[in-house]
Amino acid sequence: MRAPMLKVDRLCKSFNSLKVSNSVSFSVSQGEALGIIGPNGAGKSTLFNLITGNLRPDSGRIELMDMGDVTGMPPMQRCIAGVGRSFQIPQPFDELTVFENLLVAAAHGRGLSEHDACDKCGEILEQTELMTVANQRAGGLRLLQRKRLELARAMATGPKLLLLDEIAGGLTECESASLVATIRAIHKGGATLIWIEHVLHALNSVVERLMVLDFGRVIGIGAPFDMMNSEAVKTVYLGIEA
Amino acid sequence: MRYSIQTSTRFSRVSLALAVAMVFMLALLPAYASRGLLQDMFFILTMLTLAQFWNLLAGYGGLLSIGQQAFVGVGGYAMFALVILHGWDPLAAVAVAGCAALLVSIPMGFFSFRLHGAYFAIGTWVLAEVLRLLVAQFKALGGGTGTSLPRAATRNLWGADWVKEVFDVKSAAARDILAYWLALALAAAAIAGIYYLLRSKQGLALSAVRDNAEVARSVGVNAHRLKWQIFLASAFGTGITGALIYLQKARISPDAAFSVTDWTAYIIFIVVIGGIGTIEGPILGVLVFYLLQSLLADYGSWYLLSLGVAGITVMLFAPRGLWGLISDRTGVQCFPIRRLLVQHSNKTGENSVRNHH
Ligand SMILES: Nc1ncnc2c1ncn2[C@@H]1O[C@H](COP(=O)(O)OP(=O)(O)O)[C@@H](O)[C@H]1O
Ligand SMILES: [Mg+2]
Repeated sequence: MRAPMLKVDRLCKSFNSLKVSNSVSFSVSQGEALGIIGPNGAGKSTLFNLITGNLRPDSGRIELMDMGDVTGMPPMQRCIAGVGRSFQIPQPFDELTVFENLLVAAAHGRGLSEHDACDKCGEILEQTELMTVANQRAGGLRLLQRKRLELARAMATGPKLLLLDEIAGGLTECESASLVATIRAIHKGGATLIWIEHVLHALNSVVERLMVLDFGRVIGIGAPFDMMNSEAVKTVYLGIEA
Repeated sequence: MRYSIQTSTRFSRVSLALAVAMVFMLALLPAYASRGLLQDMFFILTMLTLAQFWNLLAGYGGLLSIGQQAFVGVGGYAMFALVILHGWDPLAAVAVAGCAALLVSIPMGFFSFRLHGAYFAIGTWVLAEVLRLLVAQFKALGGGTGTSLPRAATRNLWGADWVKEVFDVKSAAARDILAYWLALALAAAAIAGIYYLLRSKQGLALSAVRDNAEVARSVGVNAHRLKWQIFLASAFGTGITGALIYLQKARISPDAAFSVTDWTAYIIFIVVIGGIGTIEGPILGVLVFYLLQSLLADYGSWYLLSLGVAGITVMLFAPRGLWGLISDRTGVQCFPIRRLLVQHSNKTGENSVRNHH
């Protein structure tokens, strides 16, 4: 049994009367890749926002390896503690260049000087195939490059735990295949991963376990094959992907 | 080391050298210039410094303050208090006056950071008004009507004797020369300091926060601390400048020292017309402002009206100001902050900059 990287315990979050996280509990061990699926509005992105501190839970606990209880910790400190994330809708710093987007993340997320952060950013730009646009304004990028930038910027913060929110969504088959290859390589490199995705075959080619959310509730967690064939998941996913 | 960062361009290195040379030349100005020209230059330089600090707050930090007159007033009055009540030399008092403004800005920050956007703006204005009313209660400094610096103090400024001897002038002119030098040093230091900040890691974070504060926090940027740092720095700089302005005027009153028109509205005009969020903008803006003022000052309310029309026209047709127009057309930047990634090719040992911005 590997040590747990993240432990989420009975997390609850409501928006007005809508329960978006309903007593969510799970844990992820070090070096693992966990996939999260569920219909739109199931509360997947909200769960990420709770883990990163962008939202505060109504109740429940979040524990991070090395850090212990981080439930009340602001996002900036959680990032420094090793939680990196991408946003479902890409949110680059528009006026900065692609390289500067990474540089600010590496300099502040890792506490490096710009000089020391530079090599790391160069390597990540190579790995995420963004080197050709490194010195272009991020606001002018196409969707695939924006998605790649989300991934690259999250990596630049030096995450121990990387959260990816629908990073392959909206891309063509070919585009998503190359992005998935990049993500697989990152995971092979030892990163712990939690990955929300609708493109199931892409997801299942990387993750070791799959968690299914519906109406803010965990309705199943286990090996991808078992999950895909469970009755609960079939009912929820009827019509989303055959 | 396979990669490095490049910020300067050939043009910027030349313009930086020119700027340094310019400062030295301006320092020699008292040898040639008339007293009237020196006073005009003093006005331009102090307004430029105030504009740079407001630009730091609003243009880089997104903090739209319309309460800068609080710091001008506190700086001015702190200097007067030290001179009149404690017998300090006015020049020493100017330096300490910056600290007084800094102190006042701490509670102001706690209050106004609870507010956002337009509420922040109005909050800073209200606080400045409160300070004006408080200062007017202070009988030892002339209450509501104000007071003047004692002649003995303004005559015997540190270094005044030396200036009188070297330039062969009377003590009033010597005071103007000293004040001019300080204004020049202050403007140069403000620009150098702000440029240094923008080139630093904190400056990069500031740009990120301006684009998207929530995301900036998520990549480890301490947005809250940054906001405080620039708020305090701008209070300190504005306070020193205020003290210097009132050293030169030698007379202060609450209405003048805490005037929202003189110390905030004009400053906003300068920054907006020149180009907000750039260092070059306020420099250009203050020259335009000075020209308009010298051309139109005799026309009273027409003057204010034409400032308003000019400001609105620029905002509508060139939202990035005159400097924005110029740098868009020509691509030049005197104070570049863009960090370009340079890849070093291992084989040839040559450097290559990919996809120049
Ligand atoms: N900040 C918010 N305020 C109010 N409702 C929200 C907010 N964020 C998300 N929601 C609602 O919560 C539900 C779950 O959203 P989300 O977590 O984004 O779902 P998913 O990522 O699984 O598609 C949706 O119904 C959404 O409208
Ligand atoms: Mg979502």
